[in-house]
Amino acid sequence: MFAAEAAETAVPWLYENVWLIPALPATSFLLILFFGKRLPFKGAEIGITSVVAAFVLAVLTTFTWVGDVEGGNTAYGTVKVADEKHSDEEHGDDHSHSEDEDHGSSEEEHDDEEHDDEGALLVDGDGGDAQPIAFTAGSLAAVEEGDYEPRGAAVVTEVNWFESGLNVFRIGTLVDGQSVMMLFVVTFISMLVHIYSTDYVNGDRRYTHYFAFLSLFTASMLFMVLSSNTLQLIVGWELVGVCSFGLIGHWWEEKPNSDAALKAFLTNRVGDIGLLVGMSILFFGAGQTFDIVEINTKALNGEISGTVTTWAAVCLMAAVMSKSGQFILHTWLPDAMAGPTPVSALIHAATMVVAGVYMIGRLYGVFWEGFSIFGGTLNLMAFIGGLTTVGGGLLAFVQRDIKKVLAYSTVSQLGYMVLALGVGAYTAAMFHLFTHAFFKACLFLGAGSVSHACHHSFDMKADMGGLRKHMPITFWTFIIGSAALAGVPPLAGFWSKDEILIGAGVWPGTGGNGTYLIPFIFGMLTAAMTAAYMTRTVWLTFFGEYRGHDHPHESGRRITVPLIILATMAVFVGFLNVPKSFVSTIGLPEDWGLLFEEWVEPAGQTYFPFDGFTHAKPSLSLAIVATLLATGAGFLVLRYYQALYRKDPMASEYSDGLRARNGLAAAGYRVLENKYYLDHLYTGIIAGATKGPLARAAYWFNQNVLDGIVNVAGFISVRAGRFIYYFIDQGVVDGTVNASGRTASGSGQFLRRIQTGQVRQYATLMFGAAALLAAVFIFAV
Amino acid sequence: MYLNQFLIFAAILFCIGVYGVLVRKNGVLVLMSIELILNSVNINLVAFGAFNGDIAGQVFALFVIAVAAAEVGVGLAIVLLIYRNRRSIDVAEANLLKG
Amino acid sequence: MTSALLAQEALSNAEIGIVNGFFAVIAVVAIVAALRMVTTTNVVHAALYLLVVLSAVAAVYVILGAEFVAATQVLIYLGAIMVLLLFGVMLTRAKIGAETDLDHEQRWIGALVAVGMLAVMSYSLWEGFSDQELPTTLAPQRTQEVSDAIFSTYIVPFEALSVLLLAALIGAVVVARRD
Repeated sequence: MFAAEAAETAVPWLYENVWLIPALPATSFLLILFFGKRLPFKGAEIGITSVVAAFVLAVLTTFTWVGDVEGGNTAYGTVKVADEKHSDEEHGDDHSHSEDEDHGSSEEEHDDEEHDDEGALLVDGDGGDAQPIAFTAGSLAAVEEGDYEPRGAAVVTEVNWFESGLNVFRIGTLVDGQSVMMLFVVTFISMLVHIYSTDYVNGDRRYTHYFAFLSLFTASMLFMVLSSNTLQLIVGWELVGVCSFGLIGHWWEEKPNSDAALKAFLTNRVGDIGLLVGMSILFFGAGQTFDIVEINTKALNGEISGTVTTWAAVCLMAAVMSKSGQFILHTWLPDAMAGPTPVSALIHAATMVVAGVYMIGRLYGVFWEGFSIFGGTLNLMAFIGGLTTVGGGLLAFVQRDIKKVLAYSTVSQLGYMVLALGVGAYTAAMFHLFTHAFFKACLFLGAGSVSHACHHSFDMKADMGGLRKHMPITFWTFIIGSAALAGVPPLAGFWSKDEILIGAGVWPGTGGNGTYLIPFIFGMLTAAMTAAYMTRTVWLTFFGEYRGHDHPHESGRRITVPLIILATMAVFVGFLNVPKSFVSTIGLPEDWGLLFEEWVEPAGQTYFPFDGFTHAKPSLSLAIVATLLATGAGFLVLRYYQALYRKDPMASEYSDGLRARNGLAAAGYRVLENKYYLDHLYTGIIAGATKGPLARAAYWFNQNVLDGIVNVAGFISVRAGRFIYYFIDQGVVDGTVNASGRTASGSGQFLRRIQTGQVRQYATLMFGAAALLAAVFIFAV
Repeated sequence: MYLNQFLIFAAILFCIGVYGVLVRKNGVLVLMSIELILNSVNINLVAFGAFNGDIAGQVFALFVIAVAAAEVGVGLAIVLLIYRNRRSIDVAEANLLKG
Repeated sequence: MTSALLAQEALSNAEIGIVNGFFAVIAVVAIVAALRMVTTTNVVHAALYLLVVLSAVAAVYVILGAEFVAATQVLIYLGAIMVLLLFGVMLTRAKIGAETDLDHEQRWIGALVAVGMLAVMSYSLWEGFSDQELPTTLAPQRTQEVSDAIFSTYIVPFEALSVLLLAALIGAVVVARRD
């Protein structure tokens, strides 16, 4: 291998061929599409096989990565395979035979090309030296500054996609801690969702279509996760959007479902404009490059000016707001629950919606500089995240639909992640993304299992209650998921949430990157609210008396086994990133602490914030306070519902509750029930306001300006005629003057007569006038 | 080969197209005539490209072809809509713009 | 690589004569077909006449050395647009056969405008280009050059065009769908 010789360390085969992971489900998509219906399991078996294979590869990649980071053996730099034939990695399986044979010749081409494109390829702009130097050299510089021991350098493998003028567009993979983590999460959850779906959508009229889309979604998400440049990121971003659209509208025969799909798509378009503009700004700001590593490096070392990074960050933030359901563009996410539940678990909780968070992490250098995160007290990202996390949490209280509760809870938790990134707690955000994926998928799949038992209803108040006796496995997994979400120690959510709270840097003794007081308050509020609304949900679903009809029953093995696996993960993944002090306190080697940070964070690399970037120190007192707050809130809600149960076992709400007695509470409830009136704002006010006034303005223009011109023309002509008549032309023949006056006063009427409404006559006038005008130009000028 | 033979040929086709647009009542026939006009413009572009030895003429001819495809698509959609609403594609009957 | 490889010897006078003869035939066919297209009383016949005109124009492109444009003309116009137009004819339930009521009564206005335009254009073309001749070394231009030009110099118009096509696609669906 060429790159191996240059770098003197063999790049693991998996890193170079990591494109196989998205290629597998992409192939599966095509196979299911063409042959799915004829197979015994209607295509599900292809989807499951491919995603299991992808998962195995992802696990192997993860182990390789972890081994490398632990061994400090990651300075591979970039591997650039200049082979134009391999234009599209998504269909890589078609080329896989020719790939190896082509390698030998392509390496020579590669050398030549480096010389040719020296100006264009700034990453390896070192006089055609094929060894890419940017990362290694940069890391060394960081070491000299004594900040961190550099680790986890990204491994980039690229091929030329197409060339346009001097710009070479590349397509490739970027393997680093963040992408490996996402590979693991996406393939793992996707695999469980595939298995779960074989039972859940069994007998559906578009069963094959469903699995094809699941495969396509998995492929696009993996493609996006692995993208090595922003262009590819945009492609992946849009692909997941399309899949989301297709899957939300899976049962499109019903109008609300297809409306929800359209809403999701259109809301995302709003943000996508921000994405395109932001990426374009970065492309030109960074000297015409799409390379993610290069953009980050340049943003951090000041080659891109601060104004540019700020504007780019603001534009990209719009994209994050739409894709990751941040406040005011979050409205599509709860509606997206119209899709099948496993899809909600996969797309609208665990993977796609974190695309925005992932993108912030990918371009963290840009956001870090753009929002001046270090040493700040508040910035756009932290504020939007904070607002979302509280706003989403409040909305979760008033939902009857169990999936909507979880949807708003997702909005709230995504806000938490964005908040964490906004306050500079990169690792905490990524860790929360990681843990959240497991327990939220667990909760969604649990909700699906519940609805499976209750005749496909999601209404907690009307059709559920008392289910713990009927479906114990679902109950216990749901409890574990809820506890993890609410942050009960020592489950996963506790550790990640705690890290975000200390990351805000407000609590005494935590350090951090600034003093983000407002986001911290938002975070604490949410910690309490999360516990409260999850207690409400669990009570309404599983406690009390059963309010539905018929007998609910536990779901089958294909549903319960994924639940059990996810619940187990929800218990244990939190231990991947426990503070070192905690580990040593309980008598384990200190190396067992902060594993996740070590594996995922590319500390000390030039493309990652190193100047001033600090980790907050864990604080026992904060952990205790936050936990007490959460458990206290949960306990209060529990007491509330217990009292209700004693009053009337069948009731799901007080008939004379606070809402009935207090006007303010009722008003607040109404605001929440109407989702802060945002949908009204969008459809009624914004859309209405642009439709109506535009038409009115056009009408006004027509009535006043155009008619006015005609009238004024007539009027002036009359005046002119009179003027001539009275003062100058008395001696000349009166008839001429009179005629001219009459013609002029009639001109308004005449112009009106031309407006026959006949397009043909307009066209005749137009062509005739054009010919006349041309003749004038030719003969007269 | 004179440049003019192509240009005048194109001019004749253009004017025939204009005639078609102006006198036809059937919406589809109007669209066909518009295609004729666009084609004559293309001949001009390609002829001037050959005359100047410049590739740009061909490039823009290709662009015009693509635009024409879009135009026909939208145009036919409009014609279909008119047909659906009025049961006729006589463009003379569509006179709601009458002032 | 460049067109120098493809550049032919200058055409002899006899060869130019042959090409001109071809052009004359094509031009006459195209003009007659175009006239029939705008005067025929049968919608389907009009479409077929348009087919003839478009093929003739493609032939003119070949004479001018624009082979890729000619191929595109055949593919898109003859292949796609004609089918679309025939669909239009079919969906609007035009009579297959002669129709009396295809033209406006006042044909002479249209004719007047058309003839006027033709007069103006012919005069100006005659004035402007009567002595200009095409180079006799006219060679087919390589498709690669066309694509190089499109994807480098004209990449922005190209992208704008793709957005336009998308917009037209969505627009056509929105306008024509039944709901």
